[in-house]
Amino acid sequence: MRVLPTLQKQQHALASGAAQRRRLAELPLARTFEAALDGAGLLPLVATGIDVLQINVGKKCNQTCRHCHVDAGPDRTEMMPPDVVDACLRVLAESAIPTLDITGGAPELHPDFRRIVAAGTALGRRVIDRCNLTITRLPNYRWIPPFLAEHRVEITASLPYFQGRQTDAQRGEGVFDESIAALRELNALGYGRAGSGLVLNLVTNPVGAFLPPDQRAAERDWKRELGRRHGIVFDRLFTITNMPISRFLEHLDEKGQAEAYLMRLVQGFNPGAAAGVMCRTTLSVGWDGTLYDCDFNQMLDLPVGETLPRHIRDFDAARLAGRTIVLGAHCFGCTAGAGSSCGGAVA
Amino acid sequence: MDHSHYYHAPDLARFGEVGKGAPALWEKFQAWYGAVFAEGALTAREKALIALAVSHAVQCPYCIDAYTTASLEHGSNEEQMTEAVHVAAAIRGGSSLVHGVQMRNHLERLGM
Repeated sequence: MRVLPTLQKQQHALASGAAQRRRLAELPLARTFEAALDGAGLLPLVATGIDVLQINVGKKCNQTCRHCHVDAGPDRTEMMPPDVVDACLRVLAESAIPTLDITGGAPELHPDFRRIVAAGTALGRRVIDRCNLTITRLPNYRWIPPFLAEHRVEITASLPYFQGRQTDAQRGEGVFDESIAALRELNALGYGRAGSGLVLNLVTNPVGAFLPPDQRAAERDWKRELGRRHGIVFDRLFTITNMPISRFLEHLDEKGQAEAYLMRLVQGFNPGAAAGVMCRTTLSVGWDGTLYDCDFNQMLDLPVGETLPRHIRDFDAARLAGRTIVLGAHCFGCTAGAGSSCGGAVA
Repeated sequence: MDHSHYYHAPDLARFGEVGKGAPALWEKFQAWYGAVFAEGALTAREKALIALAVSHAVQCPYCIDAYTTASLEHGSNEEQMTEAVHVAAAIRGGSSLVHGVQMRNHLERLGM
């Protein structure tokens, strides 16, 4: 598979969250996100609870996807240290948060991945692995599919399209074929098969600067085409809008499309989607334990409000569950059209 | 603002300004246009592909930009969109060619 250097490795001008925020601030918007929320009667945007503890265990990945909001890649070294892993698991054990969502990078590259999964499932929580599929094909990581099946981990796997050209254009040459091989193996273990209880959901991000299609219509297409072409089955398809930060922001700038894309997101603001944004029910933990409203704020170095506990070791459910969400222009990415979240469309 | 050239891409976003001259007509157009493209006996995706093909037939660059985006956002892919453009081109080509019958009719009248 072809991989590229990350923005950080390139020492690119957009490598830091602060630089990305500055770039976003330069783009003219018809209105601010706060004004859009205000018009919908949703300002201030307040969390309604913590249903999902999403932990980003590190930025290392075996792929360098063009749209990656993490700027993940093989050259990244950030990894959640063991004491932060312990703090996350302690919070999970001492709270009633029903879902542990493990993301990265490729989360399976974290040396404690199996310990985290085992602890989450032992607590009886729903555990989600955000899997890039190709990681399961690497010789040292062939243990992943049977391990996930054994622990009945829900898999949310990325596959932007049911054809190779589009998938490889976004995720790297050769990714599609390896992804199909991985999906076949997961199907053979029971994943995605009715009655197995092993949940396999797919995620699609548009291969370019446009909004995702209707999720239900796309799911019908994906199921038909992946079944017909490759004999693959899965449970649900989640459509996710590309967030105009990090590598996708770099891509937009390279194409001269940053302003037009932001305009599209602003124009597509949907109050219904805004009411259901995932940050209202999710708490995001960075590799170093810092707390964020979502994985996107995490990459922009925008932690939860300054009066709140800002590290997982200081977790306080009562204060965090009803927190006011930190906002920015990028938030239009979650509220355009049918909306977008880690669980797909929201409206 | 420079208005010295035709077909300026940012002008697409100013489409609504056309309503200033006749707001009531614009509102009727907007309502009708919205209803035309709503999901009906044809899907919104099919309608976007038809619009893309017609955009090529009427050679409207604004419409081509708008319905390329719309087709992608309705889940069509490059192959499907290119086939739609070929349909428009085939009808345009065919419509020229079918006039060859008219030519033949006139030849018939003039010839011996």
